[in-house]
Amino acid sequence: MNFVLLFLITIFSLSLFFYGRSKTKSISIEKNIRLNALPKFYGYYLVLWCSIPALVFLLVWSLFEPVIIKSIIIETAANQGAIFSDKNEANLIYEKIKAIHLGTYFGDIDSILKESALAYAKFINLFTNSKVVLIFGIIIASVIYSLKKIKNNNKARDDVEVILKGLLFVSSLIAILTTLGIIFSLLFESIKFFSVINVFDYLFGTNWSPQRAFVRDASSITAAEFEELKDAFGFIPLIAGTSFIAFIAMLVAVPIGLFSGIYMAEYASIKVRRISKPIIEILAGIPTVVYGFFAALTVGPFFRQVGENLGLTVSSESALAAGLIMGIMIIPYVSSLSDDVINSVPQSLRDGSYAVGATKSETIKQVVIPAALPGIIGSVLLAVSRAIGETMIVVMAAGLAANLTINPLESTTTITTQIVMILVGDQEFDSPKTQSAFALGLTLFIATLILNYIAQRAVKKYREKYD
Amino acid sequence: MTKEERLKKRHRAEKRFRFYGLTSIFVALLFVVILVQNIFSKGSSAFKKTVITTEVFFDQELLEIQNGASQEEIMEADFYDIMIENLIKAYPAKDREQEDQLLKLFSGDAEIEIKKAFLNDNNLIGKTITLDLTASDDIDQLHKGNYPRDLPEERRRISDFQLVIYDYFVENKKISKNFNNYFFNNGDSRDPELAGIGGALVGSFYSILICLLLAFPVAVLASIYLEEFAPKNKITDFIEININNLAAVPSIVYGLLALQILLATIQLPRSTPLVAGITLALMTLPRIIIPCRASLKAVPPSIREGALAVGASKFQSVFHHVVPLALPGTLSGTIIGLAQALGETAPLILIGMVAFVVDIPSSPVDPSSSLPVQVYLWSESAERGFVEKTSATIMMLLTFLIVMNFVAVYLRQKFEKRWN
Repeated sequence: MNFVLLFLITIFSLSLFFYGRSKTKSISIEKNIRLNALPKFYGYYLVLWCSIPALVFLLVWSLFEPVIIKSIIIETAANQGAIFSDKNEANLIYEKIKAIHLGTYFGDIDSILKESALAYAKFINLFTNSKVVLIFGIIIASVIYSLKKIKNNNKARDDVEVILKGLLFVSSLIAILTTLGIIFSLLFESIKFFSVINVFDYLFGTNWSPQRAFVRDASSITAAEFEELKDAFGFIPLIAGTSFIAFIAMLVAVPIGLFSGIYMAEYASIKVRRISKPIIEILAGIPTVVYGFFAALTVGPFFRQVGENLGLTVSSESALAAGLIMGIMIIPYVSSLSDDVINSVPQSLRDGSYAVGATKSETIKQVVIPAALPGIIGSVLLAVSRAIGETMIVVMAAGLAANLTINPLESTTTITTQIVMILVGDQEFDSPKTQSAFALGLTLFIATLILNYIAQRAVKKYREKYD
Repeated sequence: MTKEERLKKRHRAEKRFRFYGLTSIFVALLFVVILVQNIFSKGSSAFKKTVITTEVFFDQELLEIQNGASQEEIMEADFYDIMIENLIKAYPAKDREQEDQLLKLFSGDAEIEIKKAFLNDNNLIGKTITLDLTASDDIDQLHKGNYPRDLPEERRRISDFQLVIYDYFVENKKISKNFNNYFFNNGDSRDPELAGIGGALVGSFYSILICLLLAFPVAVLASIYLEEFAPKNKITDFIEININNLAAVPSIVYGLLALQILLATIQLPRSTPLVAGITLALMTLPRIIIPCRASLKAVPPSIREGALAVGASKFQSVFHHVVPLALPGTLSGTIIGLAQALGETAPLILIGMVAFVVDIPSSPVDPSSSLPVQVYLWSESAERGFVEKTSATIMMLLTFLIVMNFVAVYLRQKFEKRWN
C-alpha cells in the first residue's frame, strides 16, 4: 500500500510540475503581465507543496501505526479473556494474531485468537482506509492552496528557496536527532536498570556476573533475589579490564605511532612519505573484525605456544594478544595526528634552535615536541577513546569472564565485550541483565564523550596558538 | 669529556633517534605485510574445492521416474538410493561399517549434485556418467594439506581406513581440485564444504545500498546548509559540535540505538539489511558530512561572488556553481564513509544479523548476514574448514575496500580542481 501511495504522490507531483509551468506561461501571455519568477519555479512550487506534506504525514503515520495497532489488539485480546502475565507473552500472542491474519499460523486456533484476528483485520482495514483518505485530503488541500498562490503570481522562486532552505536545515538537524536518540535510548533502559540496582553497587561493585540475574520481571523481586542481584553487576572488573587492554594497546601504539609521525614530519623525503604514509593508513582502514580474527586465530595461539616453551601459562585469550593487536590498529591514528601537529609547529622555532647549534634530534626533543605537546596529548587521548570503544577485537580475542587481574597473560573482559555477550541472540526486555548492557553503553558513551571533548579542545587550542 | 667527544656523542644520539623513527615506520609496515600475508596464505585455498570423480549409473529400478521426466517430477524424485548405490562402488569396501566410512568422504550435497546432473539431461536412465562430486570437509582439508595426517587416530577426524581410501583415490587420480562455485553461490551452512558467502554478499550489498540512499542526500544537504546558509549562532555551533562528537561515538553505541529505537520501538524486522542499512547510515552520516564540508569550504569565495554578481540568487550560486565544483570531494568522502560502513561489525551483531541464515535474501526485509558478520560467525566455528573460508571472506572484503578506496582517490585526483 505504501508503495502505491508513494507512486501516486510521485505521479501527481510530476504532472503538477508540468501543469504549473504551462499554466503560468499561458497566464502571462493571456493577461500580458510579467511573471515574478521563471515558469519552472511555479512548477517546483507545486511539486513541493504536493509532495512534502503528504510524505511527512505518510512517514509519521507508518512509524506509529504498528505500535498503536499492537496496543489496541493486545487490549482487545485481554478483554476477550486472553491471559498473559508479562510483556513477552503479550508479544507472543500479538505475533500469533498477526500470523493468523496473514495465513501463516499453523498451531491451534482458539476462539480468543480467532476473535482477535478478526479484530486485527478490522483495524488494519480501518487504518489503511483512513490513511489513504487522509493523504488524499492533505494533497488536495495543499494543492488547492498552492494553485491559488500561483494564480496570484506570487514570487515563486523566493518561496521555493524558503522551502528548500527549510529542507536543508532539517537535514542538518538529523545529527542532533541521532544524538538525542542515542541519549534517550541509553537513558531509558539505564534508568530502569538503576531502579533495581543501586548506582553505587554498580559503580563500585567488584563482581560482574550478569548470568546470575535470571529474574525475568524487574518489578517483582523478592528480598533474596535482590541480595543476589546486588552483587552481580559490579562495574570495577570491567573498567579495570578495559583500561588494562587499552593500556597495553597504548604501550604499542604511542611509541611506534609517535616515532613514525616524527620521522614522517621531520626526516622523511617526500618520496618516502608519499609511499609509507598511505600504507600505514591501511592499518586504519582494515575492518576490526579482521584484526579480531588475526588476534584470535594466529596471535593468541602463538603466544600460548611461546609461553608453553618458556614454562609460562598463557591463556589463549590473553589480554596481551588483544592489546597488542588493538595497538597495531591504533598506530595510524597516533601517527597521522602527531604528524599533522608537528607539521604545524612554525619553522621559525626550528630555525632558532639550529642557529644556536642544536642537532636535528635535539631540536625535535627540546623544541618541537614541547611546542607540539598539547596537540600530541590530544591525539593520544583520541586514540585512547578509540581503544576503549573498540569492540570486535576484544569480543573475538579477549575473555568473557570478568577477572580482576594485572597479569597480561591471563584473560580479562571489557565493557564492549560484555555488551555484545549480553545482547547477542535472544534477549528478553525488562530483565536487569538486558538493561545492564544499556547501562554499560551509557557509561561508555559518557567516557568517550569526555575524552573526545578534552582531546578536541587540546588540539584546537594548540592550533589557535600557532595559526 | 673533550669537545670532540661530546660532539661525537651528540651525533651518535642523532643517529639513534633517526634509527628509532625508521624502525617504527618499518615495524608498522611489517605488521601490514604480516597481516595480509597471513590472511592470504590461509584463505587462497578456499577458492578451490576438492572433488571426487565418481561414476554414476542411473538404475531404473532405484528411480521412480522415467527418461524424459519433467523438471517438477525430477525435483520431487528421491535420488538417495541412486547416490548410495553409486558412491559405495567408488572403493571396494568389505562391510557395512566400511561403506559408512566411505560415504562420509562425500559432502552432504552428493544427492543434490546427482539430481542436478539428471536435471541437465533427463535421458540418463540406464546410462553411466562421470561426475565430480564435492568431497567432505575433512577430505578437502586433507587434500589441501591443511590437516596433519600424522596425528594418532583418536585425535584425528579421519579414520585410518578413510586415509586408505583417500590414498587409493589419489593413486587412481580420482581426486582433484575444481573452482569452488559453492563459495560464491551458497548461503551459510553448518558444513564448511557447502558454506558460501552468497547470502552475506547480497546482505552487505543491500545494507550498503540503503546506507548510501539515506546517508548521502542527507549528508550533502546538511553540509550545504552548514557551510553556505547557516547563520553564525548558537544553534549552528551546537549542530557542529554534535556532528564532531557523533563521528567519535563507538560504533557499538549505534547498535544499542538501533536495538532500542528501530527494533523495540518502531518494530522493524530483526536481522534484516533494512535495519542494518539505517543503522549504518546514522553512523556514517557524520563521517560523510565532515569531508563534504571540507570540499565545499575549498571552493573559493570568488566563484560564489561571480555568480551573485551576474544576478543569481544565493541558491542558484550554490547549486549551480559551488556544489558541482565540490562534487568530486563529496563523492570521494562518501565512498570512504561507505567503505568504513562495509567493514563495520559490532552494531550489526546487536541487531541480530548473527542469526544462522541459509537462504540468500531476496529483498532488504529478509533476514540476512553480511560479509564482516560472516567473518565473525565462521571464526567462532570449530571446524578446520571454516578457517580458510573465513580468510577467503576477509580477502573478498579487503578487495572491495581497496577498490572503493582507489575509486575515491581517483575521483579526487582526476576531477578535483586545485585553487591557488
